[in-house]
Amino acid sequence: MTATREETPRLYRRRDDRLLGGVCSGLARHLGIDPVVARLALLALAVGGVGLAVYIALMLVVPVEPETGEGASPTGEESVRRKGRDISQMLAYVALATGLGLLFLLFGGVLDPLLWFLVFGALGGTILWQQANPAERDEWVASTALRGKAWLRTGVGILLVIVGVIGFLAFQQQLHEARAGLTFALTLLAGIALIVAPWIVGLVRERDRERRERIRNQERAELAAHIHDSVLHTLTLIQRRADDPREVQRLARVQERALRSWLYQRRTDTETTVSPALERVAAEVEETHGVPIEVVSVGDCPLDEGLHATLQAAREAMVNAAKYAGADTISVFCEVEPEEVLVFVRDRGAGFDLNAVPADRMGVRGSIIGRMERHGGQARIRTAPGEGTEVQLRMPRSPAAR
Amino acid sequence: MPDAGFPGTEGAGRVHGVGEENTFANGRVPRVVIVDDHRLFRSGVRGELGDAVEVVGEAGDVDSAVRVISEQRPDLVLLDVHLPGGGGVEVLRRVLPKHPEIRFLALSVSDAAEDVIGVVRGGARGYVTKTISGKELADAIVRVADGDAVFSPRLAGFVLDAFAATDAPPVDPELDRLTQREREVLRLIARGYAYKEVARELFISVKTVETHVSSVLRKLQLSNRHELSRWATARKLV
Repeated sequence: MTATREETPRLYRRRDDRLLGGVCSGLARHLGIDPVVARLALLALAVGGVGLAVYIALMLVVPVEPETGEGASPTGEESVRRKGRDISQMLAYVALATGLGLLFLLFGGVLDPLLWFLVFGALGGTILWQQANPAERDEWVASTALRGKAWLRTGVGILLVIVGVIGFLAFQQQLHEARAGLTFALTLLAGIALIVAPWIVGLVRERDRERRERIRNQERAELAAHIHDSVLHTLTLIQRRADDPREVQRLARVQERALRSWLYQRRTDTETTVSPALERVAAEVEETHGVPIEVVSVGDCPLDEGLHATLQAAREAMVNAAKYAGADTISVFCEVEPEEVLVFVRDRGAGFDLNAVPADRMGVRGSIIGRMERHGGQARIRTAPGEGTEVQLRMPRSPAAR
Repeated sequence: MPDAGFPGTEGAGRVHGVGEENTFANGRVPRVVIVDDHRLFRSGVRGELGDAVEVVGEAGDVDSAVRVISEQRPDLVLLDVHLPGGGGVEVLRRVLPKHPEIRFLALSVSDAAEDVIGVVRGGARGYVTKTISGKELADAIVRVADGDAVFSPRLAGFVLDAFAATDAPPVDPELDRLTQREREVLRLIARGYAYKEVARELFISVKTVETHVSSVLRKLQLSNRHELSRWATARKLV
């Protein structure tokens, strides 16, 4: 990936998203990092003493973001909500700063390298967490929070840390002095966690809710747009082909079926049971060949190999009827009985003489009768010239599928 | 073979061939009220039916439908299933107790089971979808006005589904189960056979086919069968 030269935003103090003077958020935007990271970094420096000076200097030197007019001011409710969050955010930072400050005071003074190491380690961990995208975060959380082994691991880890710290202090012969400090520090950390926790929980929940809402709206809008689009499309085509009644009827029926299933019928999984699969086959044949096909089905059952073959045979029968019968409509009836499935494909068209079909031609013999028999079923064709045609398919159900 | 496209259009002994006028036995043209909330559709149907029927009234919602029907006392009402004010079933509920002689033929865009069975159980003597042609609609109107039932393949399929044989003992053996013959008749209708073809297939007369169909209709309307109720509840009909 080649690095593109983006324009870095100028350094301003931000008006929105500010806790005190907007210094950190402005810095963050200029450097392209998360404001929270900037705040934490400055906080750490502040505890060391330098940070406060840096902050005041920046506040004096860096100009406030000019009124841009873009980015509409938040609505009343939003700004109230933002203010609420801001205050809890500020409290969180103040608590953190106090805690860090006391930690340094108690344990080694500002220049203790070990302490700095720990603090930066913690900050680094926080930054990694912030920067990770939600998918990664979910992975981490899932892998650490939910399984028994993870709990065990965490428990052992904490135990080791405590033992390590105590041992370290003991060897330094500072344990006696440090005991009070340790207790106090732990209490402080607990307090900080209490203050920060609701803010974090609130953020997470809000993010989840927004994501769900967004997905739902997106789906709905897509579906509505698709429906409107296809109806519009169909109406346009109908106007253009108004002189071809058969084509008009075909277009209208296709669109009608689509809309009707969207409005009135439950969505079914076309791939697993006989009834919707048969309807899908009929819809496809109708679309391709332009003859209306009515499907009536009684009962339903899961598909198995034999029934797949039956559907193929039914498709053949429908296509034959559409191509050769010259009928106005084709009737398809499917009945699911406990032991077997019956499918009838009927038309009132020209009919044909079964005996006149040469034995070596595929078509009726091979596709329909042969296919059914290969899978343990039966096919019967009733037809006569001028009497229409009915293809009767019978397939036993596999015992497992009953 | 001179077969009408719409199954069940052959009447009891009377042959409604192509070109013959659709009339009652006494030669009168049926008086019809059209109830549908789409005005364009109402005028379209009026035009299509032409002289085959006499349209004596129109209505677009439940209240005006009840009013027009009570005033005009037609032979038959073409009733849309989806009407503002409670739907076609509400019209049936309010009119039939007072005027049981009026026949209703249900008409709808949807052919979902809920709509079909709901309105037939409410008292409609037949059900057709709005894609039906003008001639077939006229045929169906005359049949229902004569007192016969109009069973489309889809309605037959729904009935077979609703009365599917199970092991549970029926509450009322007469009402709650279809006879073997009735099942056979319904299956043939579901396969797209016209009454005449059903008669030929089963070696019975067309009149017998009609009797079976009427009996099925009665069972559908009156049966409190356990499975039927559960089936209906699952589809939110009751």
